[in-house]
Parts: sequence; structure tokens; C-alpha cells
Amino acid sequence: MPLVKQGRLTTDLFVHVADGAELPGDGAVLVSAERFLADPQALLRRSGKLGVIWPNNRNLDELVPHLDRLASVALVFPTFRDGRAYSQARLLRERYGYDGELRATGQILRDQFVFMTRAGFDAFEVKKDADADAFAQTMKRYSVFYQPTGDGRVTALNRRMQLRHSESAGQ
Amino acid sequence: MYAYDELDRTLINERVSEFRDQVTRRLSGELTEDEFKILRLQNGVYLQLHAYMFRVAIPYGTLSSKQLRRFAHVARRYDRGYGHFTTRQNIQFNWIKLAELPDALADLAEVGIHAMQTSGNNMRNVTSDQWAGVAPGEIEDPRIWSELIRQHTTLHPEFSFLPRKFKIAITAAEHDRAAIKIHDIGLRLHKNADGETGFEVLVGGGLGRTPFIAKTIKPFVSGRDILSYIEAILRVYNQYGRRDNIYKARIKILVHELGIEKFAKEVDEEWKAMGDVGLTLDHTAIEEVRSRFSYPAYEKLPHMPDELKQAAHDKLFERWRKNSVSAHKVQGYSIVTLSLKPVGGPPGDASAEQMDAVADLADKYSFGEIRVGHEQNLALPHVAKRDLPALFKALDRLGLATPNVNLVTDIIACPGLDYCSLANARSIPIAQELTRRFANHDTADLIGRLHINISGCINACGHHHVGHIGILGVEKNGEEFYQITIGGRADENAQLGTLIGPAVPYAEVADVIEDIVEAYLALRDRPEELFVDTVKRLGVEPIRERVYATR
Repeated sequence: MPLVKQGRLTTDLFVHVADGAELPGDGAVLVSAERFLADPQALLRRSGKLGVIWPNNRNLDELVPHLDRLASVALVFPTFRDGRAYSQARLLRERYGYDGELRATGQILRDQFVFMTRAGFDAFEVKKDADADAFAQTMKRYSVFYQPTGDGRVTALNRRMQLRHSESAGQ
Repeated sequence: MYAYDELDRTLINERVSEFRDQVTRRLSGELTEDEFKILRLQNGVYLQLHAYMFRVAIPYGTLSSKQLRRFAHVARRYDRGYGHFTTRQNIQFNWIKLAELPDALADLAEVGIHAMQTSGNNMRNVTSDQWAGVAPGEIEDPRIWSELIRQHTTLHPEFSFLPRKFKIAITAAEHDRAAIKIHDIGLRLHKNADGETGFEVLVGGGLGRTPFIAKTIKPFVSGRDILSYIEAILRVYNQYGRRDNIYKARIKILVHELGIEKFAKEVDEEWKAMGDVGLTLDHTAIEEVRSRFSYPAYEKLPHMPDELKQAAHDKLFERWRKNSVSAHKVQGYSIVTLSLKPVGGPPGDASAEQMDAVADLADKYSFGEIRVGHEQNLALPHVAKRDLPALFKALDRLGLATPNVNLVTDIIACPGLDYCSLANARSIPIAQELTRRFANHDTADLIGRLHINISGCINACGHHHVGHIGILGVEKNGEEFYQITIGGRADENAQLGTLIGPAVPYAEVADVIEDIVEAYLALRDRPEELFVDTVKRLGVEPIRERVYATR
């Protein structure tokens, strides 16, 4: 599956390791929340980078204490109509200050890229090659945003007020 | 009127080009129908029985004449020459071709009209009082807040894939014309003891197969905090609303299952935890939006102009005036409701010719402005009283002066089995038959205010639960049957109707309704006692007895 990271098609350095399967000695791995929570310290002691796949119905409170030692958090969209992970993403970025990789997994289509980026995702396991290829193009689709989120894009309301301010300053 | 600026226009155009890409990908097979379905629903496109149906937003029910003319154009060019106004301040076109949809959207975008979030599991078109800004005694114009919320909910990055659809309605008047208590969030603008403007916030109302009247979650949220409070409600709902069963996915079920106190506590905790996330609306932000609304330059006019005195002897004019003309906050002006419920016609339909003509009349008599209400009628919100006689003549010629506003033939109905793939039974022919039965306007006047609502299935698009008389189509052994409720209402005293008896077959519905009305006329205390008040006073039983005695 193609991975888009920081706007570009990238080789995925992380290996998804199934529950019960043996962990590679080094190298970056993504493990399930259950496996991680069973023994976080052991997993964090490994030499390779660690990422956790966090289900969209699991409370983030259990994850938060470990955030600063994780290289990736992968949130899940079982189907693209299930939007729970958007809330989780914003909470991780905006409330808990998580600044590692935030990865979208599951049914990811180009039609979600803008929403996901605005919610704080920066890595995308895209389902279709054509969508992955269209990432940069799709991100240019919108230039106006009504809501403030943690991505820092200036809202329409703020742009209007800035404009008004500069107009009145120029008089 | 709210004037879109460059930013609003840019966003709408960007949405049109995104949708064009989605249609192209569907037509080329790159998107499966399953994937495309969710995407088209986000933009108001349903697949109905015969064709695609296209639902276009009329945010908070305000339209300019230019926009209404563009609806006429779309009806003519892409459809079969008419459109259907819905119960949520939208217009629907029933015969659009998929390949032409992006062009229709682009034509609408030129006049600041869009179809964003008119369907799908997202925050739907924000609705409000169709008399906003002109009704006497309003706290303030609720459209300022409607527009702020419209912007905030449009293409929201967190809440575009909710468990189910989510509807917000706002009122600022004592009499609720926006039916806020049957919405997911209802907002009632009022002032607190310190004179500060804010909202009573209600949550968890909705119809469908499990109807609920909304409950108050917070008696007062200041205007400056309303966006963050809504955000907190949505965040709790997005995470905890049920997704295992679409019939249990609306917020009303979550509120019901948790109980309003527990739900309110969850929301409050989230709201407090949010802190300052840039959603606080300070004075400048509110004024920025307020400044984009323009108001007519009203003249100083007499309360009772000569034209009105002279027309008073015209019985037809007087009947229409008493029925369809309402008080305006400015002396010398009136609000005029245009009935889209002609005898024998489908409720809420307007032809392209009618739309063009109403746009012309709005330019001539109403500062170019038109309103759309949830009762599926139109209104001209700023008509000088001296112009009423001339306006009446013009409307009468167009078939838009039926003096039945709020009367028994002012029926709210969904499209039903004639168009809709979800329906179990027809709605429109029932409505048409009822308008024929009660075609005599004297009889209708005698009966007084009476709202009949018809839904062709349990999804309740015709709001049958809150009709004074509600009619619900069901299917029984392959035949159309109808359950009838009485005593419902959608206003500030919102209540669900009570079933009056066993379901009746299609052919008997109009007879039963006539009998119910007969029973009411016999039982009412005095002529001023409205149908709903008689039902409230006596309960269902005495009416049931009379109606079902011979059945």
C-alpha cells in the first residue's frame, strides 16, 4: 500500500507486526494497542522505532502517558464513513501536544486528505495508487477554511478581520 | 441579505471542482458506487426511484431574486421545469442527470448557492425562522448566528463523517417557526438577567422511527461561546454516538441512552478541557459577520394607507390579506406568505415560471428578497402595505394566492412513493385529495389553524409526528396503509401526536380525516379553540370514538 508522508510518496520504514508474530530485532515496527499496553516498557526498550495502532473506539487516556516515546501513532478508519479518528487526531495534536508521526490507516481515499491534514495527520496509507499520486494536487484543492484547527491555517474570519484592519490602517 | 465575499465564493467554487472530479472518477469507474454514494451524499445527491435527486441549500431560508431566478434556470435546463421546496429550507430537483450535475452546481455557485451537506452524515444546512429580521419582538436577527454557524459547520475537518446526519435550527422569536425542538441541536436566542445575548441550547430532538422532543442541555450559553459549545457536543457525539445500527445512530439515541444529565456532564467536561481553541467569538468577529448583512432602506409609511382602505371591500383580497399577510416590525410594511399549496397540487412545488415571476415581484415589492419556510411555503418579507392589493392580483394570476396558510389544506408532505426509494406509500396524492375535500375556503376558515403532515415512511420527512394531524404511510401485505396521529405540534410547545386507531387503507384516508375534523368541530369549546387545544383538553378518546364508531 502506498504511503504518503509529508506530502510525498515514501517508502514505509515501519513494518506492521501482527499480534503473536515475532518482532524483528531492530527496525521500525507498528504494533496493536493491545500488544503495546501488555508490556510498553519492553517494546520501548527495543532499538528500533515504535509505533502503535490505536483503535477508534479506545479511550486515548491509556495512550497519552507514552506519547513522547512513540515514533508513530496510527489511527484507524475501518471505512471512510467512520469519522471517529478525526476527533482522536485533533485531541492528540491539539490537546496532548503529540508531535510524532500521525498516520491514517484503513479506507483512505483522496477525498479525505484535506480533512485529515487539517485534523493533524501527516502520514497516509492510501488505498489506491491513483489517489496517492494525486496527493499534492488534492491538497491544493482548497484555499479557504472556515474552522480553526491545530494545523495553523488562517480561517476565513481571521483573514477578513485582518483585511479590515489593514484597510482602516491605510486610511 | 448576507453578501458572500471573495472567500465564500472561492470556497464554493473549490467545492464544485472537487465534486466535478468525484463525478468524473465515478463515470470512469475509478470510484465504486459504494464509495461514490458517500461522496455524492455529502453534496446533496440521492439516487431515487427514477433518477438522481439533487438537494440544494437555502441557508436559513433567505434568498435573493437573483438566486431564485437561478433555481428557475436549473429547473428548466437540467430538470423538468419545476423544483420542490422541502421542510428544511432546501429545494430539490428530481430529474437531474449525473453527468450534468457539476454544471448545474457551477451555475448555482455563480450566485452563491451550493449543495454542501444537504444530505449525508454531517452537519446539515442550518435552518432558522423564515421571518428572521422582520418579525416583531425578536431578540435580534438570528441569521447573524445562523451564518456564523453555517460557516463553522461547512466542510468541518472533524465532523464530516458523523454517526448520522446532524441538524441545527435557530430561533430568536417567542413563537418558534423553526421547529427547534425536533432538531439535533435547537438554539433559542434570548437575553439573560444581565442583558447579555446568548442561547438556550436544546439537544436530542428528532423524528424518524424513534421520535424525541429535544431537551434543554444548557439554559444559557453566551453568544461568544456558542461555537465552542457546539463543538463540544459534536465531539462527544462523534466519539460515542452509535455506529452499529443506523436507526440508533442519531444523537437523540445517545442522549436518551445516557440520560440528559450524564450527556450534559460529558459535554461540559469536554467543553472545559477544550480551553481556548480560537472558537471564541469576540465582538469584532460577530460584527464582521453582522456587517455583511444588508437591510432594506425602509420608507416612513402610514400604518393604514389609502390603497388598503380602498381594497377592503374586495372580499377575495380581504380573505387573502387576513390569511397570508402578517405583521412586520416596521410600520407600514408586511410579511406576505405565498402559499405553495394550491388545491389539487403537490405541496411545496414551484414551476420555473412561478419562480421567475416571484423573483420579479420580490424586486418590485420586497427589496429583492424572498424567504423559504419549513412549512414549504415562500414569503416576501418586506412588502409595503400600499402595495398589497397589486401584489395580491399578481400572485393570484400565478396561482400563489391560495388563502390557506396555516389552514387544513396547507399540508406538509414528503415526496413519498412517487419519487422516493425509501417510501412505503404515496404522500402527494393523499395531500392532493385532502386539498380537494377541503377546497371550500369558508369551511377551512371555519376550521381554523390545523396542520396536516404526511410522511410516506417511518423516516418522517413529512414530520408526521408533529402534525396536528399526522399521516404515516406503511406497507401491509403489499398494500399502502396509513397510521393517523393527532395532537402533535412542532412549535415552542412541541409534542408528539398520539395514534388515533388502526391504520386505514389508501382509499379511506381522506374520509377518516374528514371525520376527525367533523368530530373536532362538534367537540370544540368555542370557535377560537384550535384543533390541537381541543385534543389537549379532551385527549384522543372522544375523537377516536366518533371517528371509529362506524368503522
